[in-house]
Amino acid sequence: MTSQGAVTAADPGAAVTRRADARRVTGRSARGTGRPGRDRTRQRLEILFFVAPALTLMALFVVYPVFSAARMSFYRWKGFGPMVDFVGLQNYVRVLADDVFTDAVVHNFVIVFASILVQLPLGLALALLLNRRIRGRGLLRTIIFVPYVLAEVIAGVVWFQLLQPRSGLLETMLTSVGFPVPEQGFLGTPDLALATVFVVLTWKYLGLAVLLFLAGLQGVPDELHEAAQLDGASWWQVQRRIAVPLLAPTIRTWCFLSMIGSLQLFDMVWILTGGGPANATTTMATYLVSQGTQRSNFGIAGAASVVLFLIGFAMAVAYQFLVLRRDTKADA
Amino acid sequence: MLCSSAVLLTATACGGGGSSASGGDDNTITWWHNSNNEPGKGYYEQVAADFEAANPGVTVEVVAMAHEDMVDKLEAAFQSGDVPDVYMERGGGELADHVEAGLVRDLSEDASEEIDKIGGSVAGWQVEDQTYALPFSVGVVGFWYNTELFQQAGITAPPATMEELTAAIETLKGAGITPISLGAGDKWPAAHYWYYAAVRACSEDVLTDAVTSLDFTDPCFVQAGEEVQTVIDTEPFNPGFLTTPAQEGATSASGLLATGQVAMELTGHWEPGVMQGLTEDGQGLGAKTGWFPFPAVEGGEGDPQAQLGGGDAWAVAQEAPDAAVDLVKYLLSDEVQTGFAENDMGLPTNPAAAGAVSDPALAQLLEVRDAAPYVQLYFDTAFGASVGGAMNDAIALQFAGEATPQDIVDQTQQAADQEQ
Repeated sequence: MTSQGAVTAADPGAAVTRRADARRVTGRSARGTGRPGRDRTRQRLEILFFVAPALTLMALFVVYPVFSAARMSFYRWKGFGPMVDFVGLQNYVRVLADDVFTDAVVHNFVIVFASILVQLPLGLALALLLNRRIRGRGLLRTIIFVPYVLAEVIAGVVWFQLLQPRSGLLETMLTSVGFPVPEQGFLGTPDLALATVFVVLTWKYLGLAVLLFLAGLQGVPDELHEAAQLDGASWWQVQRRIAVPLLAPTIRTWCFLSMIGSLQLFDMVWILTGGGPANATTTMATYLVSQGTQRSNFGIAGAASVVLFLIGFAMAVAYQFLVLRRDTKADA
Repeated sequence: MLCSSAVLLTATACGGGGSSASGGDDNTITWWHNSNNEPGKGYYEQVAADFEAANPGVTVEVVAMAHEDMVDKLEAAFQSGDVPDVYMERGGGELADHVEAGLVRDLSEDASEEIDKIGGSVAGWQVEDQTYALPFSVGVVGFWYNTELFQQAGITAPPATMEELTAAIETLKGAGITPISLGAGDKWPAAHYWYYAAVRACSEDVLTDAVTSLDFTDPCFVQAGEEVQTVIDTEPFNPGFLTTPAQEGATSASGLLATGQVAMELTGHWEPGVMQGLTEDGQGLGAKTGWFPFPAVEGGEGDPQAQLGGGDAWAVAQEAPDAAVDLVKYLLSDEVQTGFAENDMGLPTNPAAAGAVSDPALAQLLEVRDAAPYVQLYFDTAFGASVGGAMNDAIALQFAGEATPQDIVDQTQQAADQEQ
């Protein structure tokens, strides 16, 4: 987010520079006052002035923490006192050899792929339906979007109570219609916990997918629909041949957001299960929090956060290169 | 999280206003404490005012905050090295780390009189025979139970041995009552079972050695896990106990006991206060509150009278003015400890205050504690967050059926070896 802010702040500056270059080429001063050289210096200062706040914030809250975590990962450090016990790559060896961490990586990827496989078709179907003129459309859109607006912690606490074994609303409802419920509850059974967390995440984030897809569908020109209808295309054909293909850039962007969100998954897991039962729902983020702030193994937490950063970075770059490239190319 | 809840009153309230740590001059003392509810808050304000009156020119800046806030702020204070002059230490490995980093002042000489008076309880706050903090409240862990539900099931005397405990569990289940609530989601409540079993199975010498040598090869540690396994095998816990929190909300382990949905829970001396905060009438279990110690283990080397516990101590920052040491000594004086006991703020360590505890449950605990040959500090606190955390994780896995008694010893040993 911060990087986007920096780019937007830099853009007007970039435009100014280009104009200055143009002036130099034609050898004419726009206003006729002052020499071009002084003008350029002033404009550079202007750029610096406008970009500096964003850059400072980014350096302070993004660059510095990243580097300090990376530095921490090479030391054994308990969180206070001088950082002197250099251990080389030992923390990385421990993190990668720790079953809890490797399981956490697997859980993250399960969520990444499950999100795309489940939420994409579901979100697309809902968006296509809600794009039709049906009664109560505004209300339906609101109902689907409300969970996304709700703070994650609040949603987590509500679901935690709904999912209480025996006394929770969900189990009461299921048992009243004769549906079997697990002995230890949905969150307390290791084999079901991750799936349960995923269901709650889907409930929470489907709204975002639907919202983005609906916005994307607004960009599909009406003429195409009309032309297709004139040609006798059915509703289904219109969606499949026109709406969905034209929505593809939006879908690719959503997939990217969903992927990054799934890799960084923390809040919902922390509230629903805290990573348990029996480490069945740990994620990379819960691992580094429990190692860092709870156990004071800041070196291990640093190494885990660097691994998380590298995985996220590699996936983002790969996705950009393989999938998003055609979108940016089309723009240019 | 490690047993951090050694507070009687965990009801939420706002944290203290000022975040200033040690004030620069020698005449201002910053004092952080976690008694942010009445009567404790007002009592400590009075104590500070009395101290100021007795020491002209000295100002005490009292900062009362909720326990969790205090723990977070202290952690930040240790990181920055700007530690408040007088603050709380939980002892064990955590204190040893602070000592090693040169953050805590050695009180052995300056407070030798108070240390003698407190007696054996200071052991948890000593590093290499030097005392770095004075414990003002030390409690013990045990089974809090609902006397009415025990009666309903026809159990006349609280269980004293493991067999009696498993028999009581079966009886309760037969009567349709969930026997035990357990907040294994927070891990330490589950770990307390193992710690206590180890206190019963291992001799005092073995445990004392283990804390310093971090050597867990004695077979009694495996036996401890086996004893815990027999309890787990009776399936006595509330449904979903693996993700149940210890004491937050009505569906937590404490909440289940407070609302009469389970018969008992193994937890610390703070339980009555926690249960009061979790019930609408503010009474907790009220007159139905009962307490019995962890049962004896057959063939165990440990003394059945020994208890597992922990507490809070006042420590002085390395850089603090001498007046801060005087304040801590004053806090442990007969006068202040008696007032502390009268307000039911905890279990006083100064023997002069023992008679002043009015709450019957706390008074009973105090008797048990003082009759104990020794009080073993919670292992996770004693071993420090890193080893203690690994130990708690392994124990929690045993409760989930995914670790054997041997696994617990192995994983604890592995974490301990990595510390060396």
